[in-house]
Amino acid sequence: MGTELTTTNEIAAGSAAQVEARRPGEVKPAVKRAGRGWAVPVVGTIVILLVTEAAIRSGLIDTRFLPAPSTIFRALIDESRTAVFWASVRDTLKGWAYGLGLAVLLAVPIGIMVGSSAWLYRATRFVVDFIRPIPSIAILPVFMLVFGIGPSLKVYIATLAAFSPLFFQTMYGVQDVDPVARDTARAYRLNGLMRFVFVSLPGSTPYIATGLRLSASIALLLVVGTEMVVGLQGLGNLIIRAQYALDLPRMYALIVTSGLLGIAIAWLFTRMERRTLRWHASQVKETAI
Amino acid sequence: MSRRAALLAVEILAPVGLLTAWWFLSLDTTSPFFPPLRTMLRTFWETWTWDRIQQDVFPSVVNFSLGYVIAAVVGIAIGVFFGLNRIARRATEPTVDFLRSIPAPAIISVFIIVLGFEDTMKITAIAFASTFPILLNTIDGVRGVDQQQLEMARAYKLRRQDEIFKIILPAASPQIFAGLRISLAVALAVMAFSEMFAGTDGLGFFIIFSQATYRVNEMYAGIFMLGILGYTVNLIFLATERRILRWHRGWRASELGAQGGG
Repeated sequence: MGTELTTTNEIAAGSAAQVEARRPGEVKPAVKRAGRGWAVPVVGTIVILLVTEAAIRSGLIDTRFLPAPSTIFRALIDESRTAVFWASVRDTLKGWAYGLGLAVLLAVPIGIMVGSSAWLYRATRFVVDFIRPIPSIAILPVFMLVFGIGPSLKVYIATLAAFSPLFFQTMYGVQDVDPVARDTARAYRLNGLMRFVFVSLPGSTPYIATGLRLSASIALLLVVGTEMVVGLQGLGNLIIRAQYALDLPRMYALIVTSGLLGIAIAWLFTRMERRTLRWHASQVKETAI
Repeated sequence: MSRRAALLAVEILAPVGLLTAWWFLSLDTTSPFFPPLRTMLRTFWETWTWDRIQQDVFPSVVNFSLGYVIAAVVGIAIGVFFGLNRIARRATEPTVDFLRSIPAPAIISVFIIVLGFEDTMKITAIAFASTFPILLNTIDGVRGVDQQQLEMARAYKLRRQDEIFKIILPAASPQIFAGLRISLAVALAVMAFSEMFAGTDGLGFFIIFSQATYRVNEMYAGIFMLGILGYTVNLIFLATERRILRWHRGWRASELGAQGGG
């Protein structure tokens, strides 16, 4: 069950291309490699933008719903000249970073503990399974009561949201450590701490990296969502204000900004994840075959 | 054997012990945020009468189901198309990547502008956000189909629809189900968010409205209900997956292997 879920998560969060990178053992036919260049995606994206532009200019799509891409782009340029925009981006990123950092500090040690003890794992399984499907956003009202409404609220909500993928990935990672390595360490009578530092931690690093990538995206989602619901300063709040003012080009420009942040974060953490994978035992083994 | 029995005992007794401890320790609490478990459970029981379930849970379940089904159909259909057409897939990849990177709450503003605050808006938002995991997994599953099987199908001059429904979809089904499973959580979260943010009914609205009016016990009753809903939906999904994928050797092996190793 554990391993199955892990791959599930990986595939979910990675694009098709990212998922490919997770299976270096597979031999790919040369034909598939041929189309690797930049040309097709770049041309494709330009065509999509031009078609959308044309559809809006010709009145096929109502500008009350979707402004032309060029209009959105111009609004984005205008927006990037204002101080409020950058302050909001900074606020959103700050909440995201603190939330994610706190989640790492909590989830990784707890995940390692639960993952390395069959007793703890079984004792917590039911409670964890029950809490798991509750969306983090539904806990927002509780946090509003407990922590009050302020900038720290989005930090705690981001922590809550980022906790779950990190915790599960860490736990699966520890449970999935190569049994031979584990037994060898035991045979050499390495103590608990040494086993943790030299066996469990390196063995589960790729899993933790995957968890981190998933958590990073979810944390951003919850920070923006909290800013929207509660009205805290940040990108989410700017979007809402543009929406209420029916200033569509600006609203879309801000949504595009949030998408760009999302892409940047995903890209960054995917790279980190690949780095941890390069030296991981499972990869070495697979490429050796 | 005795270790297995002891582990099972722990698995059953730990949650029971936790609940008991919570029950007794919270009996005399005066915290305004964490009322006694006894009060919470009583409120849960009193709140969720049949009328109330029809009023506040049914709309959520309906929106959730419709959005999810739309996402499944659209995600699998486009996924099969992209999986079989490399150029189409590559050409749209940046756009798809961008769209799925937009935080789901931010995109809700768009749907509100276009569709207003009605259920259609919520269903669309749920469908939009939960399409991506299904789409990406389907693409991946279709690309992983054994090339020899496809060549065989072509050699036997199978019709295109038979090729898709009899070879490609079954072979890709474990991956498709992996995507469907993730989308379940996404759909549930977007359902709750859309109701909290722009709702006049549904579970999300019930939870945030109870909080805004300081009815803390009702708020927890709503959250418990959401937990039960999520748990049930997951159980139904797992049972369906097991039924449909039972024949699949890779899936069986991983399932059995995981059981043995766990």
